[in-house]
Amino acid sequence: MPKVPGMVKGLGVTFKTMVDTLKPSGGPVTVPYPHVKEEPTARARGVIALHEDNCTACMLCSRECPDWCIYIEAHKTLAPPRRAGGKPRQVNALDRFAIDYSLCMYCGICVEVCPFDALFWSPEYEFSEVRIADLLHEKERLGEWMQTVPEFEPYEAGSEAKPKKVPAYDPR
Amino acid sequence: MPMLLAIELAYWQETAIKVAVMAVLVPTTALILGIVFLFKMMSWMQSRMGPQEAGPRGLLQLLADGVKFLQKEDIIPDAADRFVFKAAPIVVLVSTFLTYVVVPAGPDLVIENLPTGIFFAMAVSSLSVIGVLMAGWASSNKYALMGGLRAAGQLIAYELPLVLAVTGVVIQVGSLSMQDIVWAQATGEIFGWGGIGLPLILTQILAFFVFMAAVQAELAQPPFDMPIAETEVVGGYHIEYTGFRFLFFFLGEFATAFAFAAIAATLFLGGWYVPGIPPDSVWANVVGPIALFVKIMFVSFLIFWFRFTYPRFREDQLQTFAWKYLIPLSLVNITVTGIVVVAF
Repeated sequence: MPKVPGMVKGLGVTFKTMVDTLKPSGGPVTVPYPHVKEEPTARARGVIALHEDNCTACMLCSRECPDWCIYIEAHKTLAPPRRAGGKPRQVNALDRFAIDYSLCMYCGICVEVCPFDALFWSPEYEFSEVRIADLLHEKERLGEWMQTVPEFEPYEAGSEAKPKKVPAYDPR
Repeated sequence: MPMLLAIELAYWQETAIKVAVMAVLVPTTALILGIVFLFKMMSWMQSRMGPQEAGPRGLLQLLADGVKFLQKEDIIPDAADRFVFKAAPIVVLVSTFLTYVVVPAGPDLVIENLPTGIFFAMAVSSLSVIGVLMAGWASSNKYALMGGLRAAGQLIAYELPLVLAVTGVVIQVGSLSMQDIVWAQATGEIFGWGGIGLPLILTQILAFFVFMAAVQAELAQPPFDMPIAETEVVGGYHIEYTGFRFLFFFLGEFATAFAFAAIAATLFLGGWYVPGIPPDSVWANVVGPIALFVKIMFVSFLIFWFRFTYPRFREDQLQTFAWKYLIPLSLVNITVTGIVVVAF
């Protein structure tokens, strides 16, 4: 025999949910998707965007990618010197940066390993294609998504302090 | 209105009208319950909107689903007992149709006012067990058979509290006729005050509780849906049915829910009687169906509210609940009712 108070409480929960859904001030938690776009949370991991100017074609993301779905092509070129009279600098010019979203599993390792903050998570989620081959997105498309990347949110208080690897000597 | 009632019809004309009314009424009730409760209320209780696209506010969704069912291929397994397989949904649906026969919607609005109305309703509603067993057996599928056997065990176990709960009402009224039960409630008095008649839920609240619990199990609705538990026996006796045969089961389930809600409304809430309108006036025939419909929707709301709130019981909990709690409760109710009726 189930416990009666819990059972009555359960009835109350469903009834209250129904009233809340029907109230003008409440409403359902879902949205009628094709008509109303769902608002993802700011840090939602929808798609990976590329900030092209920051990319040095170091290939770290490509090598760390578990699915090998990042394609990078670059060539060496000379950039003007930083100071007057200096030597021209040798830099990598990015020719191609593509992510194959039919392979990508959205692990975000590329975003984590990028040493120059060139890759970002964007909450954009509408990038489905009819043909699977069309999911290979080049740097132009990846760059467009940069506009949907939200502003950097400050960390929560205390989260930036890194714990010391070696604990301080405690004479106790 | 008196003119209309005065028209004399031949027997065959009368029967044809009754059959037509039933043929329209039963699928409509299933549609109403499906849309209002299964689609809309369940969605609201889960903080969703429910169907939105088909028709205004998605109200035609179930019609669209019905058309979809009709388009599906009619598959019968090779090893199935073909005749029994085909007959099973029809048996279920026939039992549903027959239940409607005795439910009165007004002083004169009843398909057939049998003197043993409630007995007839209980008897034909338990016919559906045979259809379910037939479906389970004929599908030549172990899950279907398990589901069918579960259904048989469950429906037989809950037939008893259902009938015993009705017995309390019958003892108090002193008649098995549904019309007499409504009249008794319409003309009854609460300690000499006849303002709202005497809805039997006031005196038979225990029977009402037992009846609703048993109805929930009879309909195989959650929390008593072990026969069709999709996580355990993957749909039970439905498993091999497609297209319009599945639609028959679906119609049967919801039309039976409506019929049982109608019986509960008639037994406990006064049926077609509305306080303020004398039950012997012609207006009772006009307002009666509306009043009955409102009461049915209230009872259905309770049924579906429980359905959407509780998770499924275990098989042994189900049997324990029937044999150890509901049946003793209803026996106590019968005893008390009998003593009170004899004493006063």
